[in-house]
Amino acid sequence: MLYREVGQFKTSYAADQAIFPIMQDRIGLIIVLLIAFVAVPLVGNDYWLRTLLTPFLIFALAAIGLNLLTGYAGQVSLGTGGFMGVGAYAAYNIAIWLPWLNIFVVFALAGLVAAGVGILFGLPSLRIKGFYLAVATLAAQFFLGWAFIRVPWVTHYSASGSITLPAIAIFGVAINSSVSRYLFTLCIVSVLALVAKNLVRSNAGRAWMAIRDMDIAAEIIGIRPLRTKLLAFAVSSFYCGIAGALLAFVFLESVEPAAFDLDRSFQILFMIIIGGLGSILGSFLGAAFITLLPIFLNRVPTTLGLPLGTATISHLEFMTFGALIVFFLVVEPHGLARLWQIGKEKLRLWPFPH
Amino acid sequence: MTPVSFIIEVTVGGLLTGVMYSLVALGFVLIYKASGVFNYAQGSMVLFAALSFVGQLELGMPIWLAVLVTVAIMVALAYVVERLVLRPLVNQEQITLFMATIGISFFLDGFGQEIWGSDVHTLNIGIPQNPIFLGDVLINQFDLIAAVVAGSLVAALALFFQYTRVGRALRAVADDHQAAMSVGIPLKSIWVVVWSAAGIVALVAGIMWGSKLGVQFSVALVALKALPVLILGGFTSIPGAIIGGLIIGAGEKLSEVFLGPMLGGGIETWFAYMLAMLVLLIRPQGLFGERIIERV
Amino acid sequence: MFGHRLVTSVLSAAIATFALAGIDATAQAQNEQFIPSLVYRTGPYAPNGIPFANGYADYLALVNERDGGINGVKIITEECETGYATDRGVECYERLKNKGPTGAAAFSPLSTGITYALIERAPVDKIPIVSMGYGRADSADGAVFTWVFPLLGTYWTQADTLVHYVAMQEGGYDKLKGKKIAFIYHDSPYGKEPIPVFQALSKIHGFELEMYPVAAPGLEQKSTWLQLARQFRPDWTFMWGWGVMNSTAIKEAAAIGYPRDHFIGVWWSGAEPDVIPAGDGAIGYKSGAMHAAGPVAAVHQDIFKYLYDKGKGAAKREEVGQVLYNRGMINAALVVEAIRTAQGKFGNKPLTGEQVRWGLENLNLDDKRIKEISFDGLIAPLKLSCANHEGEPKVRIQQWDGKKWTFVSDWLTPDEKLLRPMVEESANKYAKDKNITPRDCAKES
Repeated sequence: MLYREVGQFKTSYAADQAIFPIMQDRIGLIIVLLIAFVAVPLVGNDYWLRTLLTPFLIFALAAIGLNLLTGYAGQVSLGTGGFMGVGAYAAYNIAIWLPWLNIFVVFALAGLVAAGVGILFGLPSLRIKGFYLAVATLAAQFFLGWAFIRVPWVTHYSASGSITLPAIAIFGVAINSSVSRYLFTLCIVSVLALVAKNLVRSNAGRAWMAIRDMDIAAEIIGIRPLRTKLLAFAVSSFYCGIAGALLAFVFLESVEPAAFDLDRSFQILFMIIIGGLGSILGSFLGAAFITLLPIFLNRVPTTLGLPLGTATISHLEFMTFGALIVFFLVVEPHGLARLWQIGKEKLRLWPFPH
Repeated sequence: MTPVSFIIEVTVGGLLTGVMYSLVALGFVLIYKASGVFNYAQGSMVLFAALSFVGQLELGMPIWLAVLVTVAIMVALAYVVERLVLRPLVNQEQITLFMATIGISFFLDGFGQEIWGSDVHTLNIGIPQNPIFLGDVLINQFDLIAAVVAGSLVAALALFFQYTRVGRALRAVADDHQAAMSVGIPLKSIWVVVWSAAGIVALVAGIMWGSKLGVQFSVALVALKALPVLILGGFTSIPGAIIGGLIIGAGEKLSEVFLGPMLGGGIETWFAYMLAMLVLLIRPQGLFGERIIERV
Repeated sequence: MFGHRLVTSVLSAAIATFALAGIDATAQAQNEQFIPSLVYRTGPYAPNGIPFANGYADYLALVNERDGGINGVKIITEECETGYATDRGVECYERLKNKGPTGAAAFSPLSTGITYALIERAPVDKIPIVSMGYGRADSADGAVFTWVFPLLGTYWTQADTLVHYVAMQEGGYDKLKGKKIAFIYHDSPYGKEPIPVFQALSKIHGFELEMYPVAAPGLEQKSTWLQLARQFRPDWTFMWGWGVMNSTAIKEAAAIGYPRDHFIGVWWSGAEPDVIPAGDGAIGYKSGAMHAAGPVAAVHQDIFKYLYDKGKGAAKREEVGQVLYNRGMINAALVVEAIRTAQGKFGNKPLTGEQVRWGLENLNLDDKRIKEISFDGLIAPLKLSCANHEGEPKVRIQQWDGKKWTFVSDWLTPDEKLLRPMVEESANKYAKDKNITPRDCAKES
């Protein structure tokens, strides 16, 4: 009843090809953006902004990156943590060597460095497929993790191998309060999410999906696998690199290689599988699920007043997390994004049953 | 000591370590072969089996009884997994099943640690650990015994697959699920059998690695050491797991000792993966894996 | 169909409870001091984290039970599980920093990674970080690192005293020339931290130093030990390991026949979870220590009497007195003593982080005071100051005999003439990078 496109006629090709053709969708999006940009900073408290929402946005960006590679292009990759690390360390080095450079430029350059590394480690994908590729990307993950601590100029010759990131300032305005960090991250993430959404609707995106679905058939109809797969790796690593740089500069402020280890790669992979492979919205939903759920699970026993020890709470957290993953996969293997889609379809009919 | 005997020592040590990795990789292969599922939870199963075993030993049970009870526990686990995870997800894509096994691994990690605690448990079933010397070359007795154990396990599994009815049924299922069902092989019971077999392999691996490291959470991380073995040998080959283990083990150690100092050390882990990846570039299905036939 | 409904209802329930859980609704009692506890009771480092957390919790409970709090101000504590992960540690910090009537008193993260991340936040939130025996070595310079307190010593202190002990065993520093020392370490900032000191000492005293990094988590060290014991054949070996790397290393040393009594680990590689899995192979293994091991002090008797006899202990009775248990206990005690010192200036009430920081900086535990708090025989006296946040550390070497740890050396003092300039140089570099003006300690007293 409410969610109908009745009466909305498109009079130009551009209007027809819009990302959100239905007016209600557009209104919904504007409301969400208003809440995110205006309401949350006004209402949110320090803890929420700094520790929950900012990391959520950063990981959502990384999830978008991995989703482009695994969800849209079909190349399973477990090297996400390593590529995020490349972005973080590259941004650190660029910021140290060229401190006068605008931070957006620094991040963009760091993303390009990560893209380069991604292309390098994406070369095996031309020959290796499926789970074999996933395990081969582990080579990238472990190698990069080793390089971060062994190669001295990466950490700017730091004796301990741990780096502390310099403060960020844009045109003189320091980005150090929770609100400014949140808004900074939100700007970058929303712009890049828009770019990603357009990318997957473009020729490149369609080529990726063709490769994912049937790569030999795609090659036969003229899609070049080399360029397509390497482009997927490059763009994905670009996104992951910027996410890593954000993680280092905005959230952690001090980075050691353990922040970008295999656990991080798996964490991002979980996000896109739970959220929905091949969906930009799914990346956000999955990131919310994975970053916020453990914290929430941790707090439930105390909120309910149950006298359990921290160890037991942590173990229960693990068990519930694992059980929920299996549960979600059984009930909706295509992830939360599919649930959202089904919800919207039902909403179109509401209140009628069919 | 001469350089030659040192090289022999490193190689022998590497080969023996590689066999320990194969023990863990065997579990992966069993499950992938029969159900096409990449079981991320194998490491957690190794830990869970080891924890159950050592927990019972600490309660005072004799070894043979603890083994029997732990085997029963792993069979029960296989049954539960089949019922709650595999059956609802039958016919889903590989990546969904992979993800489900990740969920299982989280659950097992939390469950095992909740029941048996997060402390280190010493596991000592009498395997001697002192070195023996063959001339100038030092060999670790423990690793030698582990190699013998792994070898016998592989031989037993090979015989099982070749000569028993259940073994043949497993091979049929690995070949083609639909065809196996159509000749009357009950898929569900086969999966329970396979996961139980993997659970028993996990128990053996858990005992060996638990004796080596002490039974603690880090034992689950052994799976990461076993993955290059898996890709090198091929996901679907049991002899591949052993040969792959030997190659990875020796390659790892030789690279660390001879290439490592040039690069600053600590290169073992990524070298193993790089080696496996290089082999994959030449043979995309691993050394002994099933040839991947792609149809358009 | 049913599945989708179920999922939607689960999700809505989750979101609802989540919104509730996000709100911090703790009834604030007024006359209580909040001391948070960052722990890891799960994960790969749990065997080391659990006894520390238990010792910490037990001591805080003891102060409440035995003394009725710190001068009447009861202690409230809350544990937060970090799993040794930096981002979880940061989340725990943010969650707990404002709890209690006056906020958190101090944080002790027990992880170098988390410490590094919290060091950035501490000056902004004005809460001191107590990194007892770990963290940044240059944080000993209190002029730059106002809010960080590496009590009882840093990694550089430990590195120097290990070489000092070896020199004593060899018959003097001059005998070190030409000797071979191997350093096997966890390939992380934690393990790399002491390298500059070892390299400096190697240049000064002329011993050959060879480094052997072990990739985390260190499950398989055969190649490292083959290189070390069969190729390099050092006279002495030092280890900076954590978690399973420690026990694996000791086992490999035993398996390869390297003399355990020439194998010395840092104080984080010398606890029961490290030696017990190695069984008899660990007998003779040595490690550094900043305090005594075993239930040897009067405070242990108090803990038994006031907590364990009443069933209120956090650990198992036989674990009381283990190395890491004692360490957690001492960490809690130092925080409590700092609060007590600060109460002397600011009054007997719950204190803010800033006031506790003053208390830490002016902490002076002499022999008399150590006896008063029943820690006799456990720790050496310590005295902090504006410039020195370590507290004049002393280190002893202990040895495992299969059943317990016993001291095999006296209290050794580090060579401040060598270390202090290194500390100050590194701290000043940090200050320059971060645009911090170091305090002038001569002015503050």
